[in-house]
Amino acid sequence: MLRVEDTEQAPVEFSAALIAKFDDIKSRYPEGKQKSALLPILHETQAEFGWLSAPSMDKVAAYLDILPIEVYEVATFYTMYFMRPQGKYVLEVCRTGPCCLVGAEKIMDYIEQQLGVKEGEVTPDGLFSWRGVECLAACGFGPVLQIGPEYTFYENLTTQSVDTLIADLKAKANN
Amino acid sequence: MGRKLLLEHINVPGINTLEVYRQKGGYAAVEKALKTLTPDEVVEEVKKSGLRGRGGAGFPTGMKWSFLAKPEGVPRYLVCNADESEPGTFKDRYLMTYIPHLLIEGMIVASYALGANTSYIYVRGEMMPQIRILERAIAEAKNAGLLGKNILGTGYDLELYVQPGGGAYICGEETALLESLEGKRGNPRIKPPFPAIAGLYGCPTVVNNVESIAAVVPIINEGGDEYAKIGIGRSTGTKLISASGNLNKPGVYEIELGVPVEEFIYSDEYCGGIANGKRLKAVVAGGSSVPILPANLILKTINNEARLMSYESLSDGGFATGSMMGSGGFIAFDEDQCIVRNTWNFSRFYHHESCGQCSPCREGTGWMEKVLHRLEYGHGKMSDMDLLVDVSKKIEGNTICPLGDAAAWPVASAIRHFRDEFEWHVTNAAEATTRNYGLAHYADPLPKVEKAEA
Amino acid sequence: MKVTIDGITVDVEPGTSILNAARQIGGDIVPPAMCYYSKLEGSGGKCRTCLVKVSKGSEKDPRPMPKLVASCRTTVMDGMEVQNITSPEVIEARKGVVEMLLINHPLDCPVCDQAGECHLQDLGYEHGAAKTRYEFDRRTFEKIDIGDKIQLHMTRCILCYRCVFTADQITNTRLHGILNRGDHSEISTYIQKAVDNDFSGNVIDVCPVGALTDKTFRFKNRVWFTKPVEAHRDCDKCCGKVTLWYKGEDVIRVTGRKDVYGEVEEFICNTCRFEKKKTADWTIEGPRKVSHKSVISANHYETMKPLPVVKTNPLLQEANKEQFERETRL
Repeated sequence: MLRVEDTEQAPVEFSAALIAKFDDIKSRYPEGKQKSALLPILHETQAEFGWLSAPSMDKVAAYLDILPIEVYEVATFYTMYFMRPQGKYVLEVCRTGPCCLVGAEKIMDYIEQQLGVKEGEVTPDGLFSWRGVECLAACGFGPVLQIGPEYTFYENLTTQSVDTLIADLKAKANN
Repeated sequence: MGRKLLLEHINVPGINTLEVYRQKGGYAAVEKALKTLTPDEVVEEVKKSGLRGRGGAGFPTGMKWSFLAKPEGVPRYLVCNADESEPGTFKDRYLMTYIPHLLIEGMIVASYALGANTSYIYVRGEMMPQIRILERAIAEAKNAGLLGKNILGTGYDLELYVQPGGGAYICGEETALLESLEGKRGNPRIKPPFPAIAGLYGCPTVVNNVESIAAVVPIINEGGDEYAKIGIGRSTGTKLISASGNLNKPGVYEIELGVPVEEFIYSDEYCGGIANGKRLKAVVAGGSSVPILPANLILKTINNEARLMSYESLSDGGFATGSMMGSGGFIAFDEDQCIVRNTWNFSRFYHHESCGQCSPCREGTGWMEKVLHRLEYGHGKMSDMDLLVDVSKKIEGNTICPLGDAAAWPVASAIRHFRDEFEWHVTNAAEATTRNYGLAHYADPLPKVEKAEA
Repeated sequence: MKVTIDGITVDVEPGTSILNAARQIGGDIVPPAMCYYSKLEGSGGKCRTCLVKVSKGSEKDPRPMPKLVASCRTTVMDGMEVQNITSPEVIEARKGVVEMLLINHPLDCPVCDQAGECHLQDLGYEHGAAKTRYEFDRRTFEKIDIGDKIQLHMTRCILCYRCVFTADQITNTRLHGILNRGDHSEISTYIQKAVDNDFSGNVIDVCPVGALTDKTFRFKNRVWFTKPVEAHRDCDKCCGKVTLWYKGEDVIRVTGRKDVYGEVEEFICNTCRFEKKKTADWTIEGPRKVSHKSVISANHYETMKPLPVVKTNPLLQEANKEQFERETRL
């Protein structure tokens, strides 16, 4: 249960470009089956705003002509949708068996230490959060992590490559 | 060298583009099927090939296709299951990344065979880069007249779309996938009705794994009979194996079914042995859901025959001493790995991924995880092993979908084969948090046949 | 179509489920159902308490089904043979399901308004073990308020989805649903909203446990101390046929009329349920017939009276061992 006062729930506006994307997605399904567009549309909405606030989900519901609760039900079921604001970059590290065989747990500890925040928290500069996620289907190249919204992959992680990655992202954000 | 039917051209530069793919003989299967074969003849070829579903269950693909209901005036759908999430499996990601047109070609042929005019590829949401790759490839194919209206002038129409998932292992189950594709929570449906009768939007639907669809391309090119000559017994053709864990050369390998497991692990053609000069302790042969086997039982069956990479040989010995081919996620554990910790890890995975719809799985997966966590962290009891086996039995077979079985098997099999290691975690609790149990006798010669448990 | 359940044969319409066929026979061979509700389309299949064994598929294809099946969602075939209480496998599986349903249940029956008419209580009594093997903290949820008519206790919920189907099929909109997944799934409105419309009160009647109870009846009385009376009124929204629950001269609760399986005969509106609590509002038909087995009439649970088939079969005696032991203790 999300409490409204927990997070800012400011009204949102969908740009014409975003609506155009929605229209394109909606055209993939038969007449009357527009609810099928819900998952891809939530991805687009999250890519735009960084997370899914209740007002943004309500707008999606209105766009697809479904009940708001239908959107909440779906958004909370799937792990990729953020119900709270996150860092600009969310480092999602695979924590499932095969990656653990090759050191994923150490990488997670290292990231926690480097970023100085616990799993799910946001760094004070707002740049990073991190979390363990389940199998990313890249077991042969573990440990792996991914960063949304395009879910770029970083494979065969070492503490050095994590250092480089964090430095690169910081530089990118400051430019 | 085994024959390569899917990955033959994987290292050709630019094979991800339509141009290079066609230069290498790509889309010949579309030409052949649409111009010279009727849909039923395509189904017949696939039946003859003996192809078995590559997603995990191993159900014959041709037979699945022939079950599809064909009521008048109702659209039929083909949905490709690219929700690859089984721990240890990463072949579909590999295939879609490097040779996306193979999947698209297979989708066109399969859709034609099933009479579908709209087909979807449901890709797990985390694979956004692969989604972009497929979308680009589909656009290329459409520009070349291989998709859309009147494909190659044959009068056959097909629209192909990519649908992203949202992050849920359960959507790899075909009815949960269809629910998700309809924009709902990924709760598996109660069967019957099966998707072949009422699937996507209540219409007859076939759901096939990426690799199964891709395998249709060589089957049509070479003929089902030729395909069936590869492999061994009812395990026909080639299979992509995702090799991970403590191996010298982890990665995706295409094998002819029937390669000995020993050769697969140790030969330089495949995994090149165990990494860092260590010894093999155990293997999970088909993705995290299948029973884990100690080194001696994965290399040889209980009857002391060499174990082969085939559906039959991997399951030789049943649950007592065998495992399963599953999705081909081959995870190797070296002597430094802790089976208790890994079992807890897998159990946590299933707890996390349970949809929560039916009670045995919703409650039981969490219970098993908690008990395993307590064992791993030195607070376990001797009675915990029997408790875990009992809870796993109460889940297995009593749930709506196979996730219950998938959660139960790794726990039950780990305790069956590695009970001494679990017990050591109780008797030497403090020590168990600082070091691993090691190889013990797991790689020793097999016990005599008559000692095998039923 | 002929179907045989625990050796009793019955003729049913094609398309009937095994559970409904068993209900046509009635009595002890009816599988318990926690999530199925005959008046709600799409319900059932989830709780797994109604699992039965199909020992013969049909006359045409006599092969048994490989796994136990949910009787509420499995259609009978002509010549099908089903085992419910005569199958040790079914009894064992049902015990397992009951255990699963109870491990995270708070067992707060002493303060729960549903006690006495709770299906989980009955189920636990009939099939549950006396002790728990679960040694971890039970699951809790953040409490939420869904308005002044309905009280939500998420910890008691068994996720039967009945209230979701009710909101979809009986009321004009749905504000609540199942959020999150796995064992964190919960009934919620996501952001605070009151579930309040003409028919929303029916979610109370369909709830098999104490997760959704009548807020206006909260802590008023134990149900077995109240007197149920059938009554009706002219209502422009619903059938107006209800059960009034009296404490002395006062109506302290109004519910739909429930049948022997705990299902309401007809859904009633919120006006009848929440706003008509004076005897003068109603035409009294007479005292409600309550099953002699119910704690509401007996004020205690009946001890087990095993059927002859159970008494004579050693396998079934073994499967019901705990029940027999408990009876001896009593």
